[in-house]
Amino acid sequence: MNIIQAYEAEQIARLTSARPVPAFQAGDTVRVAVRVVEGERTRTQAFEGVCIARSNKGLNSNFTLRKISYGEGVERVFPLYSPTIAEIAVVRRGHVRRAKLYYLRGRSGKSARIAEKARTAGEGPGAEPSPVPTE
Amino acid sequence: MRTGLIAKKLGMTRIFKEDGTHVPVTVLHLDQVQVVAQRTEEKDGYSAVQLGWGRAKVKNVSKPNRGHFARAKVEPARKLAEFRVAPDALLEPGSVLSAGHFAVGQRIDVCGTSKGKSFAGAMKRWNFGGLEASHGVSISHRSHGSTGNRQDPGKVFKNKKMAGHLGDERVTTLNLEVAAVDPEKGLLMVRGAVPGANGGYVLVRDAVKRARPEGVPYPAALAG
Repeated sequence: MNIIQAYEAEQIARLTSARPVPAFQAGDTVRVAVRVVEGERTRTQAFEGVCIARSNKGLNSNFTLRKISYGEGVERVFPLYSPTIAEIAVVRRGHVRRAKLYYLRGRSGKSARIAEKARTAGEGPGAEPSPVPTE
Repeated sequence: MRTGLIAKKLGMTRIFKEDGTHVPVTVLHLDQVQVVAQRTEEKDGYSAVQLGWGRAKVKNVSKPNRGHFARAKVEPARKLAEFRVAPDALLEPGSVLSAGHFAVGQRIDVCGTSKGKSFAGAMKRWNFGGLEASHGVSISHRSHGSTGNRQDPGKVFKNKKMAGHLGDERVTTLNLEVAAVDPEKGLLMVRGAVPGANGGYVLVRDAVKRARPEGVPYPAALAG
């Protein structure tokens, strides 16, 4: 392992011990609690949407959530290990056959739905999310 | 004026801070940076220290350099560089420098050799606009256009910006901020980008356009 990889692994271990990262992938519906600073006080703001992409590159990993807000499509990219994220919760696991769901951008309504994944033992929203294996 | 350091550019990463912000940093590595020779006012007419970075295999060191390293009683270094210092900041040959030489938040200058771009046209090399895409222009859309006047002066002036070799030259980036220092691992993290390719050597010194902050070690931070 080179020096930068070692440094990043150390940082990931530190950041995930403060705020664990559940296992989720493209197609899953995810709720993210974002810390927002308003003047003096901080509050958390929820953003719930379908994960349409994940980019796994160590400490620089990020994921994209898409939701329809007041009839308008909204996408937001979150750094996976950022301390501004208070919590990541998986709401629903979707069955998809692509890693990147950019085709959802051109769709709306019925055709933009994602089927729910058939549940297996120890999985699903109710189960304890297993942490992402560190690379 | 105190000495700078030789470092190897490893690449870039980021630091997540507790308040949620993050800092893009370049990681510089110090591996056995030690003083190899001194230049003194009496002998050389100026005062400086010569530093070496890393370890070189003896078989890869030229015979004159073997003698040079043997006289200082140090292991052969991979890379040598000289830093001008004030006469009271001279260091003894053999002393090993640490990354604690620079303080977090301090401003530094970093010199490196930029990435070579080979023979480049005037658009890439000098940000020329090129010619039009249509209106009768043929073949020469990325050319530089005219290079001067007519029979008077009858020549192209010197230093006319034209196509030629781009990159692979010494570049100094001023006033970079030190984001983190790890003397145990010999790492120096600098906010932002640093000239040159990953794996290249860079020279790091105190910023010339800022006063040196209080509390940084003078003449140098020595390891151990």
